Formats: sequence, C-alpha cells, structure tokens
Amino acid sequence: MPDPAIGRAVPRRDGVAKVTGRARYIDDLTMPGMLHGVTVRSPVARGIIRDIRYGSGVPWDEITVVQASDIPGRNVVALILEDQPYLADERVNHPEEPILLLAHRDKQMLEEARRLVTFDIEPLDPVFTIDEALSGERVIWGDDNIFKSYLVGRGDVDRAFDEAAIIVEGAYETGAQEQLYIEPNGMMAVAGPDSGVTVWGSMQCPYYVHKSLAGLFGWSVERIRVVQMETGGGFGGKEEYPSVIAGHVALLAWKSGRPVKMIYDRAEDMAATTKRHPSRTRHRTAVSADGRLLALEIDFVIDGGAYCTLSPVVLSRGTIHASGPYFCPNIRIRGRAVATNAPPHGAFRGFGAPQSIFALERHMDRVALAIGVAPEELRRRNFIRPGQVSAVGQVMRDPVDMSAILSRALDMSSYHEKRGRFDRENVRGRTRRGIGLATFMHGAGFTGSGEDHLASIVTVEGTRDGRVRVLSASTEIGQGTNTIFAQIAADALRLDVEDIEIAQPDTAFVPNSGPTVASRTCMVVGRLLENACRNLQHVLIDSGHLTSASGDFKPACVAYVEERGTLRASAQYQPREGAHWDDERYEGDAYGSYAWAAYVAEVTVDLDTYEIHVDDFVAVQEVGRVIHPVLATGQIEGGVAQAIGWALYEDVVWREGRMANSQMTNYIMPTSADLPTIRVHFEEVPYEGGPGGAKGIGELPMDGPAPAIANAVAHATGVDVRRVPLTPEALAQMLEVARV
Amino acid sequence: MSDRTLRIRFEINGGSGDVETHPMARLLDVLREQLHLTGTKEGCGEGECGACSILLNGRLVNSCLIPAVHAEGAKIVTIEGVATGNQLHAVQRAFIECGGAQCGICTPGMVLAAADLLARNPSPTLDEIRSGLSGNLCRCTGYMRIFAAVVTAMREGVPT
Repeated sequence: MPDPAIGRAVPRRDGVAKVTGRARYIDDLTMPGMLHGVTVRSPVARGIIRDIRYGSGVPWDEITVVQASDIPGRNVVALILEDQPYLADERVNHPEEPILLLAHRDKQMLEEARRLVTFDIEPLDPVFTIDEALSGERVIWGDDNIFKSYLVGRGDVDRAFDEAAIIVEGAYETGAQEQLYIEPNGMMAVAGPDSGVTVWGSMQCPYYVHKSLAGLFGWSVERIRVVQMETGGGFGGKEEYPSVIAGHVALLAWKSGRPVKMIYDRAEDMAATTKRHPSRTRHRTAVSADGRLLALEIDFVIDGGAYCTLSPVVLSRGTIHASGPYFCPNIRIRGRAVATNAPPHGAFRGFGAPQSIFALERHMDRVALAIGVAPEELRRRNFIRPGQVSAVGQVMRDPVDMSAILSRALDMSSYHEKRGRFDRENVRGRTRRGIGLATFMHGAGFTGSGEDHLASIVTVEGTRDGRVRVLSASTEIGQGTNTIFAQIAADALRLDVEDIEIAQPDTAFVPNSGPTVASRTCMVVGRLLENACRNLQHVLIDSGHLTSASGDFKPACVAYVEERGTLRASAQYQPREGAHWDDERYEGDAYGSYAWAAYVAEVTVDLDTYEIHVDDFVAVQEVGRVIHPVLATGQIEGGVAQAIGWALYEDVVWREGRMANSQMTNYIMPTSADLPTIRVHFEEVPYEGGPGGAKGIGELPMDGPAPAIANAVAHATGVDVRRVPLTPEALAQMLEVARV
Repeated sequence: MSDRTLRIRFEINGGSGDVETHPMARLLDVLREQLHLTGTKEGCGEGECGACSILLNGRLVNSCLIPAVHAEGAKIVTIEGVATGNQLHAVQRAFIECGGAQCGICTPGMVLAAADLLARNPSPTLDEIRSGLSGNLCRCTGYMRIFAAVVTAMREGVPT
C-alpha cells in the first residue's frame, strides 16, 4: 500500500498545464462559425424603458439582436427569489442592467453597434444608501425595501442592559469589494431545437447554471448541458453571476443558430457583476468591570443592490457570525438586507461574515479600552468553550481552544514585546507603528439545514486498468479541489494519487455535488467522496472480488470491470446525526464545524502621506486536519492578501449607483510589493465529520485581517477607526476628526 | 482603424512567425487569435495586470499594449516557448513544487516575469523579487508561494 497521501504536498494536479500555458480557459475556445456576443446595458439607475433606438452606421440586418420578448421560457434568473430578469423588460432597476444582447462575427463592428443603441428611459427616483433604503421614503422593492431580516438571540437582553454598569456602543461600516479574479467572466453556447443548449464557461457552480437555463428556455433539464472550463479564479464572483451570462449567450446562440462566445472585458466585469455587500453594523455591549460580556445587541445591515439574488443567505451567515467566537448569555442580533438601485451585490469569500466580524472585532478593542483591560485579555475571558452555546443556540460539542490559538499567535508575532515598544517609541518622527489582533471563527458548509436540502451526490467509477475516476460537480477554481480529491480517494482506496482521475465537471456526466462555495468542497464533498470510495469497495466485497476493505483494490477492480463492464458507486449527503436546525426560529446547529483563528497584524502609518503598510502578518488557525500543507497555506495567504486589499486599498467609488472606478488602474488590489510576509500556522485537531479529519478552510482567512489591521492602526495613531477601506484619504479624514 | 493590413515577420519561440494583420492590432490578439498561442492571457487590457506578459527582444512587456507593427523583426518568447519540449524550465518546476500556481490565469505571465527576473539577476533578494514581480498581479496566492518558487528556482540555478 502506498504512503498515505493526506497530509503530504503531492504534486498539484493541474500544475503542468498551468505553468506551460496549456490549461484551457473559456476564451481559449473557438468554434467554426462562431459569433461574439455583447450586452447593452442601462445607463441609468432606475426608470421605465420607453423606446430603444438603433442608430445607423452598422448593417443591423447582419446582427443578431435579442430582447426580453425573445425569451422562450421564463425571464427569471433562478436563485432564491424570482425577482431578477435576464433582460430588463419595461423597467430598469440598476445601472448596467442588461436590456439587449447583440451578436456578430466581427468584434469591432459589434462594439460599434453597442454604441449605436440608445434607450429612451423615463427616470424614477433611485435609492442609493442603506439609510435611504431603511427610511422607506421611496420604496423600490417589495413593501419596505427589505429583502430579508433575521432576529436571533437568547437570554434576557433588556434586563441585562438595565442592570449593567458599563455599556459600550459603536457603529462600523465596510465598503464594497470587487472579487477581481484575473480571468474575467465568460461563456460560450450552442443551441438548437434538436441539440438543446450546451454552455461552456468559467464558473463555480455548474448546476446553478443548469437550473437557471432550464427555466429560461422552458425545457426539461435533460436538454441542458453545462461544462466548466478551467476557471481563472472565482472567490464567489463566479457563484451566481455566470447564470446570467450563460443565459445571455445561450439566447444569442438560440436566435442566431450559431455558436456564440461572450467574454466580458475588465471594465464591464467590474461595473456590472456582483461585489461584496457594503455593510453597517451597530453594537451595544454590556460588560462587567472585569471584562465579562453580559449582553450583546447587534444590528447588522447589508446593501443587497437592486435584486435579491443571494442576499438572504449572505445575511444569514453574517448574522450568525456577528457574535464571533465568544460566549455571552444575553444576545440579540438583528440582521437586514436592503434594496438599493446598485447592481446586485453577491457572493464573495466570507459571505457576510467578514463584514459582521470586522464590526465585532473592532468593537471588542473599543470595549477593552473602555474598561481598561488589554484587548487580548478581554477576548480570552469570553471565548466560547465546549458545552457552551452560540447566539443561535448551537452547543459546541467539538474541541475548541481559542485561548491556545490566541497564545500561539501572540507568541509568533512577539505581540507583547512589540505593543510595549511601539507605545514607547510612538512619540516622535513622522511614522507611527502599531500591532493589533482579531480572533474569530468561520462555519463550514451551508448554514442550518442547507446541506440536507442540497443532498449532494458524488460518484466514483473503477476503470479497466484499475484506476478510479471521481465524478462530481465541484469545480477546481485554483483552490486545489482536484488535488485534494485525488488525495482523499487515494487514501480511501489505498491507491497511489496517480491512480485517481478527476472528471471535468460536465452536467451530462457528473452528479450534482452542490455548488463550489461556503468552504464546503473539502469538508462536505470530500467526505462524500470518502464514502463513495467505501461504497465502491463494498461493491467489490459483495461480488467476492475483494475480501476486505484492506485488500488490494487494483486487481479486484480490473477483474470486476472485465467481467461486468461497469464498476460504480455513489454517496449522497445524509443529515448529520444529532444535529437539529429550526428554520422558523433560526435556531440550532448552524454549521457542522467551525474553523477557529487568531490573526495579528503589525503596521506602520506615515503621518505625511497617510499611507498604511502592513509590516508583518501572523495567521494561526485550527482547520481540522490539513489535507495538503502547501495548498492549505496558499489558501490562507491568498485570503489574507485579499483581506488586506479590502482593509487598505480596495475602494469602490459609487456615483449614482454605478462603480466609477471600474479599472485596475484606479481600483487598487495588492501587488507583490505591497504585502508583508504572511506567516501561517495550523493547529491540527482532526474533525471526525470531515475527510481524513479536515474542516473547511477557504473563507476563514478573509474574516480576520481587516479588523486586526484596523486595531493596529488604532493602536499606532489613537484614531478610533470605524470603517474600511482605510485609504490614505479616509485615514487623513479620521486623523483630522481626531485632532479637532 | 483603417482596413489596411500589413505583413509582419518575427521570430517566435525559436521558430518564425509571419502574419497579415492591422498594424495597430494588439500583439496579444495576434498571438492568441492568429497564431493560436493561447497561453498568453488577457486580464485587464490596459497594462495593469501582466497576464499578457511576453518577452519582446528580451524585455518583459504587456502584449495588450504593443501594436503588432512593433513585432516586425522582433524576437518574441511566449509561455509556450519557456519549456524545452517536455522538459520544464526550472521556474516552472518550482512553481508546481512550491504552490506558485493556483487558478493559473496569471501563471504564464508570472512564470515569464520570474524567469526574466532571474535571467537579469541570478540571486535576487526578497525585496528585489517583490519589486521585480510587482507588474504581475495574482489574486489567489498572496504571492508568498510565488516568492518561494523564485527562491527555489534560484537555488537550482536558472539557465540564462
């Protein structure tokens, strides 16, 4: 039997193809007779479409034009609600909303045609901010501009506040953030009355696209096929929006009878597709003089943009994570997702949790300051422990030792020594230094009963040469799905990783293993893969080809396939034993497991330029067993980098609901010259519900860096930081306020 | 843009290239669409991200900003020309070993930038690596594994 693959840095599956440029992304695909497609979008935030004009200068008879009335099925992007159309029909509700689609073989002429389309739109008063939406003065969605609200908690919050001697309040804001995968969104489609629709593209969730296309064409799902190409980054940005592009390109292919490819350019991708929800959180905290949390009252609001899309579930995760890794007997959290006339905000790594955790972790430092307790001590006194319950009533059954994780992070960062030294040295010169921390957790998998509803399936099949092919819809988007799946299957079957093949996600061949989101691929789908492999062994045991699970799989597989043709087994998700979730009360076991972490950031602030530089970053986390040390470290480092961008540089500038800086030139993400060395450490505590003991990992590193940096900046400058991004302009303003 | 096309000849990945194109066509499009060298990627189209990096006469450039006419008589290396047959370049091997490639879309440009850096400076410091690669954006890795790959390739000794 080969050495176990789990825990080793086996070669990355897609490594050679990627370093040689041979990996095939959607824009690398062409077809004979292929047309290019473009989208013509609303120039205004809100209004009624009165007329569409086609200016002269291009041969319009050669150009395929699709509008809402051409849609054969339902003009609805299938997500949670059915409020978002594929193409605006009478009304537009946000800038850049798709109204028309054009296709032609000549890209340049197509661009000219796009410019020649003008709309006569009667403007309606828009809503652009959370406050305007909440005031209800103008109702742009439903009865009250509210997509979804939650009220969760426990204990007697009002009484605790009445009796409390110390109450600390604060409001915190976070900005939108562009996912900025380096490969822009793109899709290609063929469609016909006999062939149905086939779509190839860059995406995280083939079966989301599949479902939405079936509704758009009004066809049974058998006539729809969706194939994921190599995908150049997603981060949530290719969770729901690809359904829109797939629908558009399929409509153009359907109407023209030709293959059509649609690739967004960077400006269109940034301006028109989803971003991280902007948020505002208000905290009111009752605390004892010795630093015990007595009551937490949290009001969490996110800006969902013009349509509901995934906002209710982003809100849910943000709400559940809003009280962090702490125990408090009295908690009330209100969460609301509101409508504004901006392009819909959507999935982005962390999914609501980074926003509410930013507020909490910045607030914890302010509470510590108010009562004169060190920030790390306040946290230590309130960490949730096994047997205690979370805000939504989940009893922590698995081991959790946040205090040990924090201690490790403080040691690695020389926190105490530096905090003292910076305090002494921050009196002269034109720079100030600071060190700050954040402690947090992230639940893996869908929330509550979400995984039960998904009921994901993974299939494995043995080949005639004794190898095993994994069939799932879980996509490789850079995070390493294919490599860790090979490791998990290899160990389950006692094979070499080289004996495992991973099938391309293609809905014609792979079962629905659910979307590639929510830090669920390793923990949830990986566990299903492990189970499917066991079931495969049982087929061989039942047939007599294998005497036990520890027998030699390969010859047994070869013999079975030769005799019977096909060797296959599947596993489907089963509700976790002993887990309860009440959807009505929003209470119970919210997540199968949590990853736990403590991050420390060290910064230098330039008092002349107001630039902030992160000098050192320590990320300590417990994510169960680490399947692949290099890939796991890369996930943490990449997430930290993305979160440093959110904290310091990435500022979406809004004008009338439109992103004004939709270019890489003026929307600034971190370069290699901007980042500190990111030092990553894993405390490994195997989780019995995950494959080989692993939990989810992907989103966790997005949660902690922004508050750790904000706390470090507050330490360096004394500024009471309340929002990110901390651009030089924003910091200048905060310093001015602090001086007055 | 006028409809006039021009014949442009150049050396590419050790062979010869010969295309008929608009003089102001982007070299990126000529490579991808006419020569079918799709390893060169487009990330932003405005010279910010470096996904379209190639070597033009030994200099690392963003091919989205280079008019095709500039390729006349030039020596071009794209990602397809970095490995020798099936033998990967030391930088490519190091990227795989160290986790320098995740989603892979920045990787061709990043590999070229790293190889170019080591060709010009065989033993760069970490700061020199940081600034040397700062024209190539990566959204997945946070760059740490890429730095590790450059250091690993450096230790192996990169053929110039």
